[in-house]
Amino acid sequence: MSTEPQQALPDRRTMLRGLGGAFATLLAPGVTLYAFGANDAQAQASPKVRWALLIDLGKCPAGCDLCVTACREENGWQGNGRAETDAQWIRKVRLRDARTGQDREVPVMCQHCDKPACVDVCPTGASFKRPDGIVLVDKHICIGCRFCMMACPYKARSFVHEPVTDQKPWAPRGKGTVEGCTLCVHRLDAGRPPACVETCAAKGGGAMLFGDLNDPGSEIAKAVARHAPAQIRSDLGLEPAVRYRNL
Amino acid sequence: MRRPRTMAPIVASMVIVAAVSGMSAFAGDGTPVPHPPRGKGERCVADTGFMRKNHMKMLLHHRTEAVHLGVRTPQYDLNGCVSCHAVEGSDGKPVSFASDRHFCKSCHSYAAVSIDCFECHASRPEVQGKTAFVAPADREVAAIDRYLRDIRP
Ligand code: SF4
Repeated sequence: MSTEPQQALPDRRTMLRGLGGAFATLLAPGVTLYAFGANDAQAQASPKVRWALLIDLGKCPAGCDLCVTACREENGWQGNGRAETDAQWIRKVRLRDARTGQDREVPVMCQHCDKPACVDVCPTGASFKRPDGIVLVDKHICIGCRFCMMACPYKARSFVHEPVTDQKPWAPRGKGTVEGCTLCVHRLDAGRPPACVETCAAKGGGAMLFGDLNDPGSEIAKAVARHAPAQIRSDLGLEPAVRYRNL
Repeated sequence: MRRPRTMAPIVASMVIVAAVSGMSAFAGDGTPVPHPPRGKGERCVADTGFMRKNHMKMLLHHRTEAVHLGVRTPQYDLNGCVSCHAVEGSDGKPVSFASDRHFCKSCHSYAAVSIDCFECHASRPEVQGKTAFVAPADREVAAIDRYLRDIRP
C-alpha cells in the first residue's frame, strides 16, 4: 500500500481549520453588530429573557384609560384629532357578553407574539423580534407597505399618515412608517417598566403585571403557572406574550 | 466705463448679511465655508476631523445595534449630538431642524446633502441644557476607527 495518496488528502485537522475559516467568514456580518467595541453585556436584548404582561381585567375598571394616556404621553403619539388615521398604540376594547350582560374593558396593544405574523409578512425585514421577544419596527428600513398591519390579528399597528415634529427623543416616529407598542423598549433597556404598567400600578387598578416569563421565580411566571390566564385568539398559535385574567 | 457709485454700499451690505447669517462665511481664499455652531460639551466623542469624515457611518452602525440588540452606549446616541449641539433660537428654546441655524442643517445645506434623520428623530432636546454627554475612553474611539477602516470598501 502506498502512503502517497494519503498525504495528498488533507488530514482531519487541516479540514477542520478550513471549516473554521468558512465559519469565520459566515460569522463576519454578525461581528459587525458589535462594531463599536460593545459586548454582549451591553446588548440589553438578551435571548435568555422573555418579557411578558399579565393583565387582570378584574382590576381594570370601566372608563379608566390611564394606561392609554400614559403610553401616549411617554411615546408622543397624540394625533391630529382624526380618529380614522391617527396612530393608536394601545386602546381599550369593550366586550359585552350578550347572554349575561357582563361588560368589561380590555386594554389591547401589540401582543409581542412569539411567532409574530407581522414579521412573517414583512418584505424588508423591518418588522422583527428582538432576542428578548419584543416585536418592533425598524423604521430605518420600513417602506410603509402596511402588510404587517393587515397580517396582525390584533390590529396593533398604526401607519403614520402625517408629518410629525418634536417627537420624544427616545421614541422616534415619522410619516410613512408603521409603528406600534414597543413595550417601552427605551425604558426596559434602562431597567424601568413600561409606562402603562407603572401608571396602572401607581394611579390605576394595579391590573398589569410585567416581567420575565423565562425566570421561574418572577411574579409573572408564578402567576401564569397558577392561573393559566387567557391569550386573545390563542387558536391562531402566535403565542402572544400578553395574557389576560378574567377575560 | 464708469461703475455706478451706488454698487459699493450694496456689495458691502451683501457681505455683511452673509457674514451675519453665519451660514457661509468666507475662508481666507474667498471660498464660502460653513461654520456649524460649537457643541456645549468639553469635547466631542472623537476628534473634529474624524467626526467630519465618519459621523454618518457611526450613526448608521450604532442605529442597528441600538434598535436590534439594545446596545445603548450613550455617547454614540444621536440624542447626545442633538443635545450637545443645540442652538438657542430667538425664543430662548433650542431651534429645530427647520431652522438654518440648526447644527446639522448648517452644514448639510451647505454640502447639499439632504438627510431624513429628523423625519422621525427629535431634532432638539426635550429639556434644554440637559445633555447626556459622556466622554468615551480613547480606547473606544480607536475601536471605532479600526472598525470603520475594516468596512471601508
Ligand atoms: S409596513 Fe414596514 S414593517 Fe410593516 S410589513 Fe411593510 S416594511 Fe415591514
